[in-house]
Amino acid sequence: MRINGKGLIDRSKPVPFVFDGISYSGFEGDTLASALLANEQRLMGRSFKYHRPRGVLTAGSEEPNALMTVGSGPTQEPNVRATMQEIYPGLEARSQNRWPSLNFDLLSLNDLAAPFLGAGFYYKTFMWPKSFWEKVYEPAIRRAAGLGALSGRDNTDKYESAYAFCDLLVIGAGPAGLMAALTAGRAGADVILADESNRMGGRLLAETYEIDGKPGNVWADEVLAELKSMDNVRLMTRTTVAGAYDQGTFAAVERVLHHTERRPNGAPLETYWRIVAKRSVLAAGALERPVAFRDNDRPGIMTAGAVRAYLNRWGVSAGRNVTIFGNTDDIHRTARDLLDAGVHVAAVIDSRHDAPLSKDYQVLRGAQVCGSSGRKGLESITVRRPSGEERIHTDCLAMTGGWNPSVHLTCHMNGRPTWRRDIEAFVPTPGSVPGMSIAGACNGSFSTSACLREGIAAAGEALEGLGLTAPDIALPVAEDASYEITQLWAVPGKGRAWLDFQNDVTVKDVKQAATENFRSVEHMKRYTTQGMATDQGKNSNVAALAILADATGRGIPETGTTTFRPPYSPIAIGAYGAGAEGEGFKPQRFTTSHKASVARNAPMIEAGLWYRPSYFPKTGETTWRESCDREVKQVRDAVGVCDVSTLGKIDIQGPDAGKFLDFVYTNMFSTLKVGRVRYGLMLREDGYVMDDGTTARLGENHYLMTTTTAAAGEVMKHLEFVHQGLCPDLDVSFTSVTEQWAQFAVAGPKSRELLSGLLDQTLDDESWPFMACGQVEVLGVKGRLFRISFSGEHAYEIAVPARYGASLFDILIERAEALGGGLYGMEALNVLRIEKGFITHAEIHGRTTAYDIGMGRMVSQKKDCIGKTMSERPGLEEAGRERLVGLKPIGESRQLLAGAHLYNEEAEPVRTSDQGYITSVCYSPTLETMIGLAFLADGPDREGEVVKMVDHLRGVTTLCEVVNPVFFDPEGGRVRG
Amino acid sequence: MRITCPHCGERDRREFYYRGAAVDLERPAPDAGEEAWDNFVYLRDNPAGVTRDLWYHEGGCGAWIVVTRDTVTHEVLKTELASEAKS
Repeated sequence: MRINGKGLIDRSKPVPFVFDGISYSGFEGDTLASALLANEQRLMGRSFKYHRPRGVLTAGSEEPNALMTVGSGPTQEPNVRATMQEIYPGLEARSQNRWPSLNFDLLSLNDLAAPFLGAGFYYKTFMWPKSFWEKVYEPAIRRAAGLGALSGRDNTDKYESAYAFCDLLVIGAGPAGLMAALTAGRAGADVILADESNRMGGRLLAETYEIDGKPGNVWADEVLAELKSMDNVRLMTRTTVAGAYDQGTFAAVERVLHHTERRPNGAPLETYWRIVAKRSVLAAGALERPVAFRDNDRPGIMTAGAVRAYLNRWGVSAGRNVTIFGNTDDIHRTARDLLDAGVHVAAVIDSRHDAPLSKDYQVLRGAQVCGSSGRKGLESITVRRPSGEERIHTDCLAMTGGWNPSVHLTCHMNGRPTWRRDIEAFVPTPGSVPGMSIAGACNGSFSTSACLREGIAAAGEALEGLGLTAPDIALPVAEDASYEITQLWAVPGKGRAWLDFQNDVTVKDVKQAATENFRSVEHMKRYTTQGMATDQGKNSNVAALAILADATGRGIPETGTTTFRPPYSPIAIGAYGAGAEGEGFKPQRFTTSHKASVARNAPMIEAGLWYRPSYFPKTGETTWRESCDREVKQVRDAVGVCDVSTLGKIDIQGPDAGKFLDFVYTNMFSTLKVGRVRYGLMLREDGYVMDDGTTARLGENHYLMTTTTAAAGEVMKHLEFVHQGLCPDLDVSFTSVTEQWAQFAVAGPKSRELLSGLLDQTLDDESWPFMACGQVEVLGVKGRLFRISFSGEHAYEIAVPARYGASLFDILIERAEALGGGLYGMEALNVLRIEKGFITHAEIHGRTTAYDIGMGRMVSQKKDCIGKTMSERPGLEEAGRERLVGLKPIGESRQLLAGAHLYNEEAEPVRTSDQGYITSVCYSPTLETMIGLAFLADGPDREGEVVKMVDHLRGVTTLCEVVNPVFFDPEGGRVRG
Repeated sequence: MRITCPHCGERDRREFYYRGAAVDLERPAPDAGEEAWDNFVYLRDNPAGVTRDLWYHEGGCGAWIVVTRDTVTHEVLKTELASEAKS
């Protein structure tokens, strides 16, 4: 019911919206909850487990009941708290967890079965048969219990992540937060003031307090106007500070567009902020506790603070005939506000025997509400007094069990709150978050005057830490009323008294957990699911804990709290992942030949973040093998071209470059002649192979190292570590130039012919022998040429600055094709290298040594190097180690499979008789058979023996002959010719 | 978490790559013996308290940094360049 003359809504701006298909009207400034209450719609949802009818309980982000689905289609958002959703023209909301309708929900039958559905019910009941766990029980239970659902389609909403930095972050813009921000702002500090509501002011908007003789909200607006005028203050509304992390880092979520249907292109729905603050002030306020009594969950029963908020902020009376129940002086404030607004107050039930009386309304002292009735909304309550029970008709009960300071953020870094007996609540333990000062209600100081005072003090503390001088600021005049709480957690009696409204946990459930020896608060929580819903027990944890403490005969401080973890309130996964989906998660790196390769229909495969062509299909070729075989033959018979730019290229310069390379490679590089290339092997310090590649000496103090594509980043880090950490005195420096050079392999007997005429010099074996390198001009462009080969053929790699890559690639293709050759992709490259027994990371997979791959002699005995000492451990060179060999199939099956294991021919193929495994296989068109590289126990000593390959997964057994891993041209004549 | 790079200043920890204990800087001589090498390559303390470890400013200047921090409170006590921290 809307009350004339009350509220901070704009009555000149009516806003139409739809709930469950019915059109309603509210005003600008309304939330979905306040607008529905104004329209007398008390029923807003169904409970999680028992499908009980529920109305709104609170007026803030802690709301457990009024969860709704907003919108439809890809942007549909479930579990939106009606208390946080501002209405806008076109808003469409739907109730959840009901079928077929909110009013008539078939699954409310669960409620009748409630005696059987208490804590531990699922664990005890759905035990047999085990095969039913995942297939029958879980799906059925999930359907019956639950919240809203996503659309199942890709969300088209945009989310954004952003950083902010400040001297002081003030969390919460109630009286304490406003005062802290004002104090720090006037001192010249860079301040961010964040508040989860769309309007700043906190409880000042929800109460009728006066500050300095002005209504609280007017005072708040004046302070905000001053803050807005300061360049050093930034106000962030609709922003929930959700987590406190190390070194002053905070997570915050700004709901940028939830309050409007307008979704301008490019604007985010939400922004995930990482705020780095030198200091912080927590002024997060407090949350009111409901009281547990029989059937305390009917629509119409809500917290007293929420009743006042709806009345004072939104001009809505939650009922026409209101009753009030509680244990603090707060409840009398509720009665006065309602009476002033012309709402009838049927009775005030104060559990305290010494409660103050009033001449304006009836106060029942020492009384308790012990039950309620009404089908889909409250109709009456039962009040228990020493003289007996009495029924009072009412459509709204405002209840309070006291207030819990919002200590959450102070516990995110492992802090534990402190119990304060005088207010029956936990307060933050000072120093829980370094640099954070606490002010106001979240510190257990509930009066407006105390909030203002502590706001000034907290800012002063922060300013001192920042080295700024606090301005002289007068404490505004405000109420300093007493709180006077007496314990009231649960009203004794039969029936179900609800604690956790969102997860349907009752007082009985908690007591039962204690009876069944789940006495630790963490055990009780998990057994009953208390506090495990999306509200994380904001309304119920302390009461549940108090009941557990009572049931186990301990005090509350000894019982302790469960752990508060971020986020403070739910955050969409989309906000967490902002910027990290799709290519943001995995960037794509393209070579300069990418477009040309795709234009030739090459399937592109991933190599790290790079994309490389798998093969280049020609018209008429129907399988990848046909293309691959042709490409291999072209290289062996004519010439092939392949983009090898993705290999890591590290430019190394300095007088000590050679010395440094001697230390990171197993073999010598200081002795390498200028204009020559050498193959190098790099070990990890534990003696295993890390990476391999060629390094060219371009000048006296200038080397260019090549790494494998996959290990480029790792090797760069390694070089920097070895230099900075182990030999900082060496004068050498590195730069990755992988992306600066486009590099192409030109391989095959006609490679020299292909290149002739492209360069400023003639290539012959004398000036350009195998493993030569140097500067060349490529059609007038300064480039580099390396006579190196990964195919075993006479080959070159030619490099030009990346901007010339695409056009050089086109020229190379044209020339290769004219010579009867062409492009080759990764498949052919792999075949060519297996035929030659060249290793890749399939072989140097982190568990093989130089000895294992047949390169033991490459570990120079003339010098120390990374990994050398550990590589000499006896176990790494002993007999029986699995070492690199080649395999050829003999016998009926001709199939080799990578990953398959090797056994002696007559042995049973079981783990204990394992002799090794295959790492790389291919069909060799050159040898017209499958071939493979493998690690076999004592392999090189067993050439000519027959072993049995067994692939247990695919069920293939093949007899193989052990051969030298260099299948083709073992003398290496072709590469030099 | 924030780490102060001696070159770049205070930065978010996501700019850094974590390696492990700063023991990695204390490479023994090749002939130091099995125990010294075993300690260096494999054995690490797991302190509840002050620890020194190596971070690489991969998203920044490329410096290897020794960070002295408290594993219990997460307090960062000191950062220095590995090239200067080498004992």
